[in-house]
Amino acid sequence: MDFKFDIEGGNFSKAGSASSDVKKVLKKLNVDPKLIKRIVVSIYEAEVNVVAHAYEGEMNVSIFPEKIVVRIVDKGPGIPDIDLAMQKGYSTASPAVREMGFGAGMGLPNIKKNTNELNIKSEVGVGTEVELINYLN
Amino acid sequence: MVKVSQILDELNAKLVCGNTDLNQDINFGFASDLMSDVLTIDSDNLLLVTGLNNLQTIRTSEMSDIPYILFVRDKKASEEMKSLAEESGITLIECGYSMFRACSILCKMGLEPVY
Repeated sequence: MDFKFDIEGGNFSKAGSASSDVKKVLKKLNVDPKLIKRIVVSIYEAEVNVVAHAYEGEMNVSIFPEKIVVRIVDKGPGIPDIDLAMQKGYSTASPAVREMGFGAGMGLPNIKKNTNELNIKSEVGVGTEVELINYLN
Repeated sequence: MVKVSQILDELNAKLVCGNTDLNQDINFGFASDLMSDVLTIDSDNLLLVTGLNNLQTIRTSEMSDIPYILFVRDKKASEEMKSLAEESGITLIECGYSMFRACSILCKMGLEPVY
């Protein structure tokens, strides 16, 4: 079962709407609420990253009997040093993003905490692809 | 554990949208304007105390399964925020007290800290 949601870069009034839609889908499918929370917290963090840093992006959700795979792909500046970006407290967020309550360098570590597998690929000047895998058992 | 009715009385606060059953119990409290920090919390049945009043406060609470938000220092929820909160089953409360004063009272009332 596959779902696709668009993410608009820079538009904080819509940030979270894709994650909210995914949450509704997972609830309808009777996924364990604790797992739903882990998944939606991590994809919301990733969605906010797209809104905060990229021009546009999309969220692709694939639901299998044993796992849920979410792939978030954006067109944007990319991440020059992924290891550095994974460090708690490191952030390149703008003051506008910080005013929204984000940009403290906690997003990627929190995504890692809430996923079984996290894969990040990025090309500077092109964009970033974040894949989050959570197993159902 | 504290009841919503006690919070409204002790903090001179107003429930502006959501579940109007004032007999509801709340177990935990967490105060922050940093939504990144709020997203790291695992506790259920939590009251978020914040001065950050924008749509992401509601979105963050929706993702974190936070059922109650208390806005301090006379911060008002917009109609858009109320609408999103209603849709997400989140109760919004507003009060004029500072975050420090509100947290101090909530602690004395028996609301449990997360950490």
